[in-house]
Amino acid sequence: MPLYKNGSFVQDHWTAIAEGEAISPAGHVIVPLSWWQAERQAFADSHVAMGVRIEPGTAMDEFVEDLPRFALIALVIPKFQDGRAYTTARLLRERHGFKGELRATGEVLIDQIQPMLRCGFDAFDITDSVTQAALEAGRVPGVAHFYQPGVNEAPQLGARPWLRQAKR
Amino acid sequence: MYRYDEFDAAFVADRLNQFSDQVARRLSGELTEEQFRIHRLMNGVYLQLHAYMLRIAIPYGTLSSRQLRKLAYIARRFDKGFGHFTTRQNIQFNWPALKDVPEILSELASVEMHAIQTSGNCIRNVTADHFAGASADEIEDPRPYAEILRQWSSIHPEFTYLPRKFKLALSGSPHDRAAIQVHDIGYQLVKNDKGETGFAVYVGGGLGRTPMVGHKIRDFLRVEDLLAYTQAIVRVYNLEGRRDNKYKARIKILVHEKGVEAMREAVEAEFAAEKSELLALPAGEVERIQAYFAPPALQERAEASLAVEARRARDPAFAAFVDTNVAKHKRAGYGVLTMSLKPIGGIPGDATAEQMELVADIAETFSHDEIRVSHEQNLVLPHVALDDLPAIYDALKADGLATANAGLVSDIISCPGMDYCSLATARSIPVAQRISERFGEGARAKDIGALKIKISGCINACGHHHVGHIGVLGLERKGVETYQLTLGGSGDEACTLGDITGPGFSYDDVVDAIETVVDTYMGLRADAQEDFLTAYRRVGMAPFKKALYERDSGADI
Amino acid sequence: MSQVISANRLSDGIVVFRAPDGGWVEQLRDAEILADAAAVKAALVLVEQDVKANRVIEVEAFAVAIKDDHVEPVHLRDKIRAKGPTIHPGHGKQAAL
Repeated sequence: MPLYKNGSFVQDHWTAIAEGEAISPAGHVIVPLSWWQAERQAFADSHVAMGVRIEPGTAMDEFVEDLPRFALIALVIPKFQDGRAYTTARLLRERHGFKGELRATGEVLIDQIQPMLRCGFDAFDITDSVTQAALEAGRVPGVAHFYQPGVNEAPQLGARPWLRQAKR
Repeated sequence: MYRYDEFDAAFVADRLNQFSDQVARRLSGELTEEQFRIHRLMNGVYLQLHAYMLRIAIPYGTLSSRQLRKLAYIARRFDKGFGHFTTRQNIQFNWPALKDVPEILSELASVEMHAIQTSGNCIRNVTADHFAGASADEIEDPRPYAEILRQWSSIHPEFTYLPRKFKLALSGSPHDRAAIQVHDIGYQLVKNDKGETGFAVYVGGGLGRTPMVGHKIRDFLRVEDLLAYTQAIVRVYNLEGRRDNKYKARIKILVHEKGVEAMREAVEAEFAAEKSELLALPAGEVERIQAYFAPPALQERAEASLAVEARRARDPAFAAFVDTNVAKHKRAGYGVLTMSLKPIGGIPGDATAEQMELVADIAETFSHDEIRVSHEQNLVLPHVALDDLPAIYDALKADGLATANAGLVSDIISCPGMDYCSLATARSIPVAQRISERFGEGARAKDIGALKIKISGCINACGHHHVGHIGVLGLERKGVETYQLTLGGSGDEACTLGDITGPGFSYDDVVDAIETVVDTYMGLRADAQEDFLTAYRRVGMAPFKKALYERDSGADI
Repeated sequence: MSQVISANRLSDGIVVFRAPDGGWVEQLRDAEILADAAAVKAALVLVEQDVKANRVIEVEAFAVAIKDDHVEPVHLRDKIRAKGPTIHPGHGKQAAL
């Protein structure tokens, strides 16, 4: 499945696998959270690069302690109207300091790319052909002025002062 | 009032370009209807019974004359010469073509208006007391905070795909005219014992098919924490609100199912965990926004107006108008004037392009260029000198805008109902028109006194029937319109939901049934000072039920 | 019961009815009357092309009664769609009738 990252389509070095499938010694597998939780010690001992797949509605407490073990977190977007992953992504980046790849997977459409980027996603599994064509053409629709702080965004010139001033 | 700076203007231009591109992609077929729907809704475009409908935000109900003239222009150029003011301080046009919407939005942008987030599962137009900044009983003008919330919530990347729509309302007076307790979040400005201003926070109110009164989850929120606390509430809702059933997706259901205490704890925990200081509102920023809402320079005037008294003595119609439609202003010698969009037998909330232009002219001359739109579907001139009332009255009267019925039986809130709305199960507007004709604006209406009738044409309750003193809900039973009555609802600070009287009434009989309710009240009230709601709270449902259902055996079931 | 297929035109949202020639017309009197469920089903399959071609949206079939050569929707909602708001006799399709 085409992977969009850092402004272009790139080769995907990761493989999403289901519970019980064989794990290549090279790692780079994305496993369901439930499997990770069941085999946590074995996975931890394997020292391969691991990613975890998180279904929406999963409480953050179930996996935040293990964040250092994950090089990638894939947040599932079951339908494009389901906005839970936006909050999860922001919390992972801003509150829990997750530095690995944060991937949106599921129904990821062109008009959701910008808000996802602003919430801290940096990789997107693209299955929709119109979205793929738009991204290949370098077209990410959105706005250029924001009233809220975004993840890893420098405050904009002329933006609201509450984005610049820290006082609490 | 608030004026866009370069950043605001650039933002709205951005959004216009973005949506214009989406419209073009839809018309070319690049976007499917399902993919497009969410974008058109977030830009205020619905598909209704006859055509598209465009809902334009009037943030916290404040308009300038220039803006109102632009709405008149849009009504003429792109619609059928009129607009409909709604129960959420929006205006709706009923006949725009999709292909014209980008041009309409461009016209709106030229007067600092937009239709952003007037629909969709996002934070909707932020509403506030329509008497804000003018009313004598106010602690502080809530509109600067509404404006800050409006900005912060505009295209919020995290909160654009919430489980369901999300509505905020603010009141700056102890007497709540903004119905904050039936909103997803209601903010009530209060002073603490140190004399500092802050907010009491209500969460989980709402009408619709499962009406609930909001719960106070905090007595005092510091002004600087307004955005951070709002973020905490919306965040808990975004993560935990139900997405399996759209009828159970509002925050009121989450609060109900989770429990108020658990909700409070979750919000407080999220609020405490947010270490970012980016959302803390600096005092300087609040003051910068407040400066836009500074009261106009009103010259000193005597408490009473000789001009009003002289006219009153010789013109009973004028006297009635002043008594019902002019409320007490903060400043001596001034008033807050309600221009009723409920002429007897008229369509509640509709205004023609000519009426909009007249109001714009009057506001420019007599009310410091400011107009308010109330959730009760009327227009308001917030700062008029009492001495000018005779001239204003004459001008309004010439164009049918001087109906002396603010707060009376014919000042009816009504949703568009089945005449326009694709969700409606029954008509509402014709019922409102018939009630209005039955009671009129004469001596009888005055004798009945304060009475809020609110009509919804379906269970979604856009007509706020649950909080009407008399509520009317239009339903469909076996292919026929039927109307259920509720009594004793109230959307103010003593918020209550109305009680259902019993079986519904047919389209033909519903006005008689309402008259029976009103006559029953007239017969049992303690004295002429005891209004309908007070009397109902004293006597309860029984006498009304008896009058409605036991008077004859032929009552409609 | 006889039925008519209606939709809204994508570009301006106006209610249209499917005509006997497969096109779309603005007045109910010009619509094709489908005699039974099989005819409705067959027509809906054809209409799917117009949806895919982004000409119309919100396709639905509704019941009509025919009295003295006059077509009348059975339900109030469809009557209002076919004519216009009952509160504004000058607006909507009724204005041209």
